[in-house]
Amino acid sequence: MSDDLTTLRLRVNGETRAVVFPTHHTLLEVLREELALTGTKHGCELGECGACAVLVDGRPVLSCLALAAEMEGREIETVEGLQIGNELHPLQATFADLNAAQCGYCTPGILMTAKALLAENPRPSGDEIREALAGNLCRCTGYHKIVEAVDWAAARMRGEEGTPPAEVFYGSPVPDAPRV
Amino acid sequence: MRPFDYARPATREQAVQLLAATPGRAAVLAGGSDLLALMKDGVVTPERLVSLQGLQGDHTLRFLRYTAAAGFRIGALTTLADLAASEVLRLEHPVVAETAGRLAGPQIRNVATVGGNLCQRPRCWYFRSGFGLLAAREGASLVVAGDNRHHAILGNDGPAYFVTPSTLAPVLIALDAEVVLLGPQGERTIPLEKLYRLPLAEGEREHDLGPGEILTELQLGPAAGRQVGTWEVRQRETLDWSLATAAVALEMEDGRVKRARVVLGQVAPLPWTSREAESFLTGKTIDEAAADEAAKLAVQGAKPLSKNRYKVQLARVAVRRALLAATGLDREL
Amino acid sequence: MVETSWPKAEARRLLGTRVSRLDGPAKVTGTAKYTYDVARPGMLHARLVHCPHAHARITKLDVSAAQASPGVKAVRVIQGVGAEIQWAHDEIVLVAAATGEEAEDAARAVVVEYEVLAHHVDDLHLDQAPETRAEEEELAGEPEKAMAEAAVRSKGTYGLPVIAHNCLEPHGQVCEWNAAKDTLTAHCSTQAVAALAPQFAERVGLPAGNVHVICQYMGGGFGSKFSADRWGIECAEISRQAGGVPVKLMLDRRAELTIAGDRPSAYAEIEVGAQADGTLTAWISKSWGSGGLGGSGRPPLPYVFQIPHRRSVHHSIPTHTASSRAWRAPNHPQGCYLSMSALDDLAARLGMDPLAFVRKNEALLGPLAKTYLEELEIADRLMGWSARWKPRGGGKGPVVRGLGLSLHMWGGSGHRSSCEVTLQPDGSVEAKIATQDIGTGTRTVLAIVIAETLGLPLEEVRVQIGDSRYPASGGSGGSTTVGGVSAAARRAAVNALRMVFDKAAPALGTTPDLLEAVDGSIRVQGEPGRALTWRQAAALFGRAPVTATGGNPAPSGSGELELTGSGAGGVQMAEVDVDRETGVVKIRKMVAVQDCGLVVDLKTAESQVYGALIMGISSALAEEKVLDPVTGTLLNADFESYKMAGIGDIGELVVHLMTGPGYDERGVIGLGEPPVISPAAAIGNAVANALGVRVPLLPFTPQRVLDALESPGRGIV
Repeated sequence: MSDDLTTLRLRVNGETRAVVFPTHHTLLEVLREELALTGTKHGCELGECGACAVLVDGRPVLSCLALAAEMEGREIETVEGLQIGNELHPLQATFADLNAAQCGYCTPGILMTAKALLAENPRPSGDEIREALAGNLCRCTGYHKIVEAVDWAAARMRGEEGTPPAEVFYGSPVPDAPRV
Repeated sequence: MRPFDYARPATREQAVQLLAATPGRAAVLAGGSDLLALMKDGVVTPERLVSLQGLQGDHTLRFLRYTAAAGFRIGALTTLADLAASEVLRLEHPVVAETAGRLAGPQIRNVATVGGNLCQRPRCWYFRSGFGLLAAREGASLVVAGDNRHHAILGNDGPAYFVTPSTLAPVLIALDAEVVLLGPQGERTIPLEKLYRLPLAEGEREHDLGPGEILTELQLGPAAGRQVGTWEVRQRETLDWSLATAAVALEMEDGRVKRARVVLGQVAPLPWTSREAESFLTGKTIDEAAADEAAKLAVQGAKPLSKNRYKVQLARVAVRRALLAATGLDREL
Repeated sequence: MVETSWPKAEARRLLGTRVSRLDGPAKVTGTAKYTYDVARPGMLHARLVHCPHAHARITKLDVSAAQASPGVKAVRVIQGVGAEIQWAHDEIVLVAAATGEEAEDAARAVVVEYEVLAHHVDDLHLDQAPETRAEEEELAGEPEKAMAEAAVRSKGTYGLPVIAHNCLEPHGQVCEWNAAKDTLTAHCSTQAVAALAPQFAERVGLPAGNVHVICQYMGGGFGSKFSADRWGIECAEISRQAGGVPVKLMLDRRAELTIAGDRPSAYAEIEVGAQADGTLTAWISKSWGSGGLGGSGRPPLPYVFQIPHRRSVHHSIPTHTASSRAWRAPNHPQGCYLSMSALDDLAARLGMDPLAFVRKNEALLGPLAKTYLEELEIADRLMGWSARWKPRGGGKGPVVRGLGLSLHMWGGSGHRSSCEVTLQPDGSVEAKIATQDIGTGTRTVLAIVIAETLGLPLEEVRVQIGDSRYPASGGSGGSTTVGGVSAAARRAAVNALRMVFDKAAPALGTTPDLLEAVDGSIRVQGEPGRALTWRQAAALFGRAPVTATGGNPAPSGSGELELTGSGAGGVQMAEVDVDRETGVVKIRKMVAVQDCGLVVDLKTAESQVYGALIMGISSALAEEKVLDPVTGTLLNADFESYKMAGIGDIGELVVHLMTGPGYDERGVIGLGEPPVISPAAAIGNAVANALGVRVPLLPFTPQRVLDALESPGRGIV
């Protein structure tokens, strides 16, 4: 059975790619091994960390728990397709700017999941951002900056100038205590 | 993951035939979020996967239909995200939509199906570590002797000590949902509650699905004025399994309970209906004292294992809070 | 004259500013290549056969079926017949095949039989351990007498279980043996690029210079990735055995959790005594713990507070689990949690606000006392502690709120490091150093230091790291990297600049001591018109590049001041909500005030503190390795049942870095570790403040909280 190969035309990042792969391979394996799209990461491999998240028909799914054989005719988007020409996507720009990527291993899955969120909800609250990213683990762990980066990218995509949230009080006086 | 034959039938009947042709060695692939994880861990090793994603035309199983008279017919391949987003479901059964929207994480909800949620395998860490569903060794349960902090406090006379994983099942059972099963002998419709059974020997399943049988549809009647509430205790805000859940549905008449359903999840090897709480509540008006008493009765028969005493408390609190949520009393507290 | 010492505050252009990570774009576009992403032509895939038993002897081993299995190119027996296996999931056989599936099939075809031996995996019950190792007693003053005389005493037991590192990228490597040249190239996910090459060399029998270790990007280490590891050596050997074909071996998640390292547990019985005014006088503790077969490290007890009369004994328990590895600030989170819990309980007995209690004992805070007091002042204001603190317990309704605090310390002095700065004839500048970026921002720190020194824009400096052929630098552990690499880079850049000044001075008709490097030019101080562009200055050297090197520590006998310091203090405060009916603990807010000497990059420094804070929150709320007593195996070897805090579990976080006079002049001090020390202690004290009952055993799960509420004072068992 291990010789059982599937031939499919996959739509990945707007291109149609003919691929031949072992039928039991996951979308993650096919993206990385057949198409050399290694931006999508192997994390826990059991659907518990979100490092392998990609978009299928615009919605985030875990590519480690999806069979590539089921992907014919679906639009697949990976981090490699996030850039707009030579320009970073606003999410990429804010993640890079705010250091929301530390070791960076969880970053592609988070970017793709956040992209789907912003497509559906251009003005997400902090809670909505956290809910959308509930399936993505960051061990470094940049959660705080990740929420800020998504928030800021959303503002920029709405055409607002947007500024990152006020930072720590380094070099400036400590504000008064919060009111009781 | 070990290789397998991959079949992608176009009709439901073909799917059933493909499954029945290799009984015990074939598995149904719906969303894949549980099955593929089990296969990667080597916990199950099916030789054939029968995908339901290729069903065509009238055979597709991703649908959600509603009529005011009969309520909902929900195809087994409807995703949890579909449920959470369904306007009509949110209006008629908001608690069901909310439960679906709280499950797992967003990426899982986009692929995990209603049928898969109801048929998913237990999360028991002995089972997932490859010790078998009953985790027995030389006739003795590893669970009883080992770390059973997440295991059953009710219905745990053995040999099963795992807990039922679905948080959707309790609320659906409380709402008297039914499921349609299609097998080689045709179709049957059973109460969802009857889908679950206690396995008595290793190799037996915790679901009453015959060889070749697939769950095709969930049927859920209209709300019909029932007061419905759930409470889920889970440790983390993000992506976590429940430690205990309770779902209640109350048919009211003149301010009193005419009929009560009280169903707990994650406390027993199957969704646990508390007849004691249900009969106590019948004829009562719900106030805090009644909720307290019903909650106490719901866990009256609990027999905690060595490390899960705390779950008795969690189950009790879940029932109490579900009752208060159903009757709106939680907002007054 | 170019001074080696760090520029004065008013002269800093880049140092201490908010610079974005230089490798950010690579990481957000997916172009950053991690070890897991390495694919070499003809590469084989290797899989391990693991032992299912916690303690066993191999009685039979047959690999013939595996060798005959389709696609298999090589099989290596790691441990053979007669070997005693000391922990579950230990490596027995390695197979390499053309595909991962073929390797898996072959691994399944390996026949191993075991004589199962008795195992011990319980680290909680000291009295039930078949073997313990007592560490030397630490004693000062007369603790028993002082305890007897104390006006107020508090006694309790506290503990932290074994936890895992859980790097998102597992351990692993791609090894490529070149038979013709007798060289080994190893792409490794590692925290120690330079140290790994000699480790491989020694174990595979090659001269160290023949081993080339590469790690451009790695997906987290946290202390677990300093070693070539046995599986790494075996991967190299199987590449040799297969005739020099590259072989990839990455651990799967179960192996990663089970054998790739953990943080030792620590449990303690502690009695503390004080005078009626809160002055601490006496400490007596007995602690124990385990991190596996190697036992545990010794948590520093008492932590931070130098109590005059004190006795501490520690017992290390060997268990049949894989040995522990350094886990972010080894031993300190344990010492901190145990001590701060005991002291908080004493403060409660005294009826004192813990903040007042710390201040009362400032004389015991050691050399960092002033730092702590200044930090407490700021933390108080950021948390609103003084306005809102109330004694333990009370509260209405199921959800109660509490505040807790903790103090911690760490060394953080820079490691041994050397750096090479090359000036190309076209004026471009390149730095090479065999360090690594484990997610902390090492590339960025290096570029800042070199650009600052050479008066160049940041983007004009190209930094190359992650390659063992570059000048050696230490492993990234102990928060030593930033101090080590920044000092080495500063000296290398200063030496390069001195060479440039020497060449440029005659061309500008002046002497080197009157030159400065500003805005990409070399110019006479105060005379912007008399200048060479950087490119013109470089061209003075002709067509060959020139290279300068620099190192850390300061060259002996140079009389130079060190550029890196040691001793960072921090305080943290936590505010929690606890549902006393369900035992669910939620973080409302955490304040971290941290000192780290001179800040090189404020953004990466903040990232370190946020990250450490969250990792600490995760350990407090969720993390624990659960071992099955009967089989001795790890029950929660995946991310579903080994729980970690997610993005919704962290509450509001406020970070404040100490800086300015009194802080900057100590030089660069690492801070990857210190902020991870206190969170669990601060959260535990907040939980006790909320509930009125101590939850003594981490993590603060509903189980632990409800157990403590049901029988307060029953301790950790």
